[in-house]
Amino acid sequence: MTNLEKYDQVFINAFGITAEQLSGLQYQDIPAWDSVGHMQLIAELEDTFGIMMDTDDIIDFSSYEKGKEILAKPEYQIEL
Amino acid sequence: MTYDEMLNIPPYSLGKAEKDRLLTARLKELTLLHRARCPEYANILSCIGFDPDAVQSVTDVPMLPVRMFKETALRSVPQEEIVKTMTSSGTTGQAVSRIFLDRVTAANQQKTMVKIVSSFTGSGRMPMIILDCPGVVRDRAMFSARGAGILGFSIFGAKKIYALDDDMKLNTEALREFLAQHSGQRILLFGFTFMIWQHFYKELLRLKEEGICFDLSNGILIHGGGWKKLISEAVSHDAFREKLHDVCGIRAVHDYYGMVEQTGCIYMECECGHLHASIFSDVITRRTADLSPCAVGETGIIQVVSAIPESYPGHSLLTEDEGVILGEDDCPCGRKGKYFKINGRLKNAEIRGCSDTYAAKFQ
Repeated sequence: MTNLEKYDQVFINAFGITAEQLSGLQYQDIPAWDSVGHMQLIAELEDTFGIMMDTDDIIDFSSYEKGKEILAKPEYQIEL
Repeated sequence: MTYDEMLNIPPYSLGKAEKDRLLTARLKELTLLHRARCPEYANILSCIGFDPDAVQSVTDVPMLPVRMFKETALRSVPQEEIVKTMTSSGTTGQAVSRIFLDRVTAANQQKTMVKIVSSFTGSGRMPMIILDCPGVVRDRAMFSARGAGILGFSIFGAKKIYALDDDMKLNTEALREFLAQHSGQRILLFGFTFMIWQHFYKELLRLKEEGICFDLSNGILIHGGGWKKLISEAVSHDAFREKLHDVCGIRAVHDYYGMVEQTGCIYMECECGHLHASIFSDVITRRTADLSPCAVGETGIIQVVSAIPESYPGHSLLTEDEGVILGEDDCPCGRKGKYFKINGRLKNAEIRGCSDTYAAKFQ
């Protein structure tokens, strides 16, 4: 699986959604992506990519697209 | 200054005059914003003859009694922008506060809390033991203060476990395994005061008598939610810390004061045992007779102000707690701002606080 496929799969599994829903998806757009779902999403991304994110990045992780930018940062180096 | 700019200021770095200037400007702006957007709040302000020009200092900002949020749904944004409704803890049959959050306010709560707490714990995330049961965050539709507290602090946890099962029994196997996995690392523990005492401390004490010990000397414990029940059991703050240290070796223990109506702006206890106001909020004590501000050292009713709330008019609240300002800008720990202690609830006030409402079941 490519990194992008893994990234998508984490969202799909964590929120029980389809691949079509991913583009443009924002925090609080769907009931599953609430503050509880957010921490689950972060935990699964961390496990999947073997990283530990900063608290600031967890807070800034406000959309599907924003998350890609954050993972691409030099401290994580996950190119999607 | 925008709130995002405020967030870049270290939480305990401003002296009295500078902090008052900053906070007064922000609170005045919030008062006007809520007056324009929340009709009920505008009515209250017009009843008391509010004059924005008379606000020269934080003490001049009008305050609402905290119980107003139980009686009335107060919000300053349209219903469709509400992303989360939080409720206060209350014993069965009590009315609970309902606090309406939009995206901006919810995010600012979390950001503020991270700034405050990480100035005590460091910014790195740690393995985390939640001294509560997982059931607390399961009901996501309505968020209790207890769930919100756990979730808010969870951001500091890298790997997390709940130490208690849903029957509030200590899961010793899971705890042992977790500590083995993370041995040598600094560990964050979080929970509510009474639950920690009843379900964690007492169980560790029993296990210790059986010769089973847990080493948490690398731990940092943050706890809150009220002391009512422990005071009735004659457990002082010092005894709480000492006895916990005796059973598991933990040294770093920080109480905090905070309430769901002003989530994010918590008041952390420093190494000297004092609760501290950060630059994002403040505490004023007021005299019962005429609600005029108390002097340092004089017991009064606690008023809290917070620079965060934009989606509900809760930026200045008169609580039902009683306390004393111990000093300002001169705590031996080095943090600036007011430091204080809470004596407890006013007489005849309802029981609240995550720890105290839970403890009410143990009469």
